[in-house]
Amino acid sequence: MEQVETMQAVAIPVEKHKSKSLWQHAFESLMRDRYAVVSMSVIAIYAFIALLTAFGFIAADWAKEVGPSYAAPSWDYIFGTDIFGRSVLAKTLKGAEVAISVGLVTAIIAVIIGVFLGAIAGYFGGKIDECIVWFYTTFSSIPYIMLLVAISFILGKGLIAVYLALGFTSWENLCRIIRAEVMRHKDREYVQAAKALGGGDMRRLFKHIIPNVLHLVIINFSLTFQTAIKSEVILSYLGLGVQGRPSWGTMIDDAKLELARGVWWQLAAATAAMFVVVLAFNILGDALRDALDPKLKGKS
Amino acid sequence: MNIYVYAFRRILYVIPVLLGVCLIIFVLFNLVSPDPTLMMLGKHANLKQMQELRHELGLDRSYFIQYLDIVKSAFTFDFGRSWSTKQEIIEMIKNGAGPSLTVTVPAFLVALIISLIVALFVAFYRGSWFDRIAVLICVALMSIPSLAYILFAQKILAYDLGLFEISGYEQGFPNFIPYVALPCIIWIVLSIGPDVRFYRTVILDEVYMDYVRTARAKGLSETVILFKHVLKNAMIPIITWVVIAIPFLILGALLLESFFGIPGLGGITLNAINSADFPVVRAMTVLSAVAYIVFSVITDVLYTLVDPRVRLK
Repeated sequence: MEQVETMQAVAIPVEKHKSKSLWQHAFESLMRDRYAVVSMSVIAIYAFIALLTAFGFIAADWAKEVGPSYAAPSWDYIFGTDIFGRSVLAKTLKGAEVAISVGLVTAIIAVIIGVFLGAIAGYFGGKIDECIVWFYTTFSSIPYIMLLVAISFILGKGLIAVYLALGFTSWENLCRIIRAEVMRHKDREYVQAAKALGGGDMRRLFKHIIPNVLHLVIINFSLTFQTAIKSEVILSYLGLGVQGRPSWGTMIDDAKLELARGVWWQLAAATAAMFVVVLAFNILGDALRDALDPKLKGKS
Repeated sequence: MNIYVYAFRRILYVIPVLLGVCLIIFVLFNLVSPDPTLMMLGKHANLKQMQELRHELGLDRSYFIQYLDIVKSAFTFDFGRSWSTKQEIIEMIKNGAGPSLTVTVPAFLVALIISLIVALFVAFYRGSWFDRIAVLICVALMSIPSLAYILFAQKILAYDLGLFEISGYEQGFPNFIPYVALPCIIWIVLSIGPDVRFYRTVILDEVYMDYVRTARAKGLSETVILFKHVLKNAMIPIITWVVIAIPFLILGALLLESFFGIPGLGGITLNAINSADFPVVRAMTVLSAVAYIVFSVITDVLYTLVDPRVRLK
């Protein structure tokens, strides 16, 4: 009788302090991090603006002439106007749509390629592994910018080409990380248990191992996202960027001719808009790594 | 494993990678790229003209021969002639390498020294407000697109204030300094952010190791631990990071060179991209890939010399 009581006494607190998963821990430590919360809010605001412009609620009339050519910033034109007298503010807002979509689509493409190849290589090993390692070693031997340019050449101009060119050049790092992590996981007990229960290779890999390496994907996602936004500028400068709609890249590119005439506001507006969101992604990426990477626990 | 065997095997692995690089370049430029003759002749080209031009450019040969050509060029550096200037590409590279290196080498060295010193300071005061602010500044520096740096610096420092030459280049030792000064400064500012952050992470990875605790228990001062013990161990990833950056010095600074009118490899590449000059773009891609592969072999072999544990794997 006494024994039962003690067992109950032990059992109750255990139930109260139910152990938290990695995700709960991560979420809580993210919410405690002031910088991370601010960054997430900033990104949410940008995403919201991008959605509003995509559906035409704001900045739908960005192409309209609202004033004289190259009007300096004033109360009438908050960020000034461009060569055709269009509002730079409207163009900057509209540019959020391109930036967010470029970041998102690029990161999704990179994650799909990187996770798939990395998982297959790490899980099956042998010849498949050798082939995939060869493939990404080869890819990463070619400098990023040359590969980007070559792929953009082939795909031509336009938004789709930008997505694909950036997506196809951003997967190697994730692939390498996922491969190494899947290798570490594939012989763990939980995978053996899944095998004993009759789970096939694909089920073990995608249902059991992948969720356990997902935190690395999330960390990498925010990194790829902001790199893609920055790379869009270089593509625009090379004349391989977005056509027929405003993007921060084309606005910065336009500035190379405008600056000599003292027109700095288009460059300033686009740079500032990009700076804030990229900074937010950088800080969030650091916070995510601190929150999600168990190896870093306990370190400052 | 013996180090010579390791080095030999590592060098042997270069062959499939090099063939793969050539394959990707071949697929991108020769197989799936839009017909270059159409771009060169314009809209009113007739079939006969296109045929002749294809023959002249060697595009009517079999794909296998074209692929072999690229592989050969990776060893002989014989890249043929530019389509737009008709110059030998290898001559263009020889002429461009000098100006490129006058920008990249000093900038790279200064950036390396500054970043290492800052990173050591930051790591020494880890966790303090100084550390937090330094990291925040690094991240902020990294969040501005490189093109914006170049445009603002050129406009304000060179054009408005007249502190530097706006654009241009002169050959010869003391003559080029005023022209490369501003590009160098921009390069340094661009690389300080990622470099300091990387070195700080690497140093902090070591700071929590057991041997550091032992050193502290022995009563060594924090400075001795940081400079003598931690820095020595952190040297391995730092060397990798530094050596692997060297091939990109050869390629030059694409945007910087074109904005400041420096006749280097970066500028040549950018012009070639703008005029769809495939052989030049292809040559620069092959050249930089070969440099990258060579330097990654050097890094791996250096690794085994610095850290004997690597060889056991």
